[in-house]
Amino acid sequence: MYCNQPPKKPGDKKEVLQKITNMARANSLWVTAYGTGCGSIELRPLGTSRFDMERFGIAMRPTPRQADVLIISGYLATKTLKRVIRVYEQIQDPKYIMALGSCTINGGMYFDSYNTLNVLDKYLPVDVYVMGCMPRPEAIIDGFSLLMKKIKEGRAVGWKHYRENLDYYRENQKQIIKNWDLPDYNW
Amino acid sequence: MLSNIMSILLTVVTALVWGLLLGGISRNVTAKIHGRVGPRVTQNFIDLWKLFRKTSSIHHGGMFWMAPLFRITGAIAVLLMVPVVVGHNINYNMSFAGDIFLLLYIMFFGCLGMALGAGNSGHPYSVVAISRGLAQMSSYELSFSIAVVAVAVGLHTLRIEGIVAAQQAGVSSWNIFRFPFASAGALIAFLPMQMAYPFSIVLAPQEIPIGPPTEYSSRFLSFMFSGRALFSVAKLLLFVNLFFGGASSWMALFVKTFLLYMYAIVVSSVFPRFRTEQSIKFLWLVPTTLALVDLVRVML
Repeated sequence: MYCNQPPKKPGDKKEVLQKITNMARANSLWVTAYGTGCGSIELRPLGTSRFDMERFGIAMRPTPRQADVLIISGYLATKTLKRVIRVYEQIQDPKYIMALGSCTINGGMYFDSYNTLNVLDKYLPVDVYVMGCMPRPEAIIDGFSLLMKKIKEGRAVGWKHYRENLDYYRENQKQIIKNWDLPDYNW
Repeated sequence: MLSNIMSILLTVVTALVWGLLLGGISRNVTAKIHGRVGPRVTQNFIDLWKLFRKTSSIHHGGMFWMAPLFRITGAIAVLLMVPVVVGHNINYNMSFAGDIFLLLYIMFFGCLGMALGAGNSGHPYSVVAISRGLAQMSSYELSFSIAVVAVAVGLHTLRIEGIVAAQQAGVSSWNIFRFPFASAGALIAFLPMQMAYPFSIVLAPQEIPIGPPTEYSSRFLSFMFSGRALFSVAKLLLFVNLFFGGASSWMALFVKTFLLYMYAIVVSSVFPRFRTEQSIKFLWLVPTTLALVDLVRVML
């Protein structure tokens, strides 16, 4: 009898702490209560007795300062982008973006509209997409469970990516927002 | 000296864990009343750890940073001045050091620190909430103070141990039966103290989204959460000691504080919210009159 696997490294203290923290982050997702498009209508039943998102530790927070997740609920109009950038940058790290509906993926039914963004990922780092038009609450819960899985595994790092590639994102954002009057970063 | 430090640590840690657990239970009970499943009972611990590990890059000045510490300090001070378990010297902590009026004064401390800090954040919702909160505080403190004075006059003592000791002759000697009107007034004043509906005009989730802590995040918020948990346990202890005969054992302490907490939660879950002026008018009229009835009865 012998073991053919290489010996495991002794657990790093920091690594253990990080794992515990990731578990806590995944089980306590606070969502910014900001509906950017029509998809936010499906967020209401999520909070009430039929679907009850609080059982997963998900709660709505009325201020971006206390939130972890920003949900882009459906189409994102060019005018809304400016506000979404401000809200996203005011959320403290780590933060995640969940994009609802086909519109955030490729424009959906608004693909040729003059005032709707087609590919959201060019402007803000999306961690999880939820398909559908509209995605039902079941689909959103599925998206949340995917996001939780990514956070537990330490793969939900859109916020780091945004920091590191801020120039890329800013360039794309400025192509949409012509009269750019935002500061370098909205703390 | 060492045993004092140990007993203080024991009291504070137990109160923090119990406060957070009560918060989790209350979220669950509220969910059940709404017909939902509700979060885990340990959800508040998870939230606290997550908040503690979030980064923060917000700066609004010194007072903004200090407010959560003020809140925690105020809560711990109140907690240590109230006898935890009657008859155990180890749990008396600092309760020998002051009378009931000092306690009433210290209870303001955390709230005032919070008001200054949240005011420093400069967010309009915080400022609106603080002006509401201070107005409401001056109304419920009135009825609560009169109720406490009625009890103190009736028992001829200002010391909280004296008030507890006078209630040790069985259930019928509890102050809630000896001073029913003052107790009723104080129990109504307990609701705005716990920021429960219908008096929840400070946090007012649908109106001024979350009130004073709008700008607080990360570690600041985690300190504030712990402060709130500690303060609510301190208030529960104070009420148990003043009106419900104190707690003769840890078990009695947990049962009594739990039932008192549930009273606020159940009332809170079924009522809508008062407007500011309605809340203040109600607090000036109903609980104050009730407490006055007992004060007059005692003095005659």
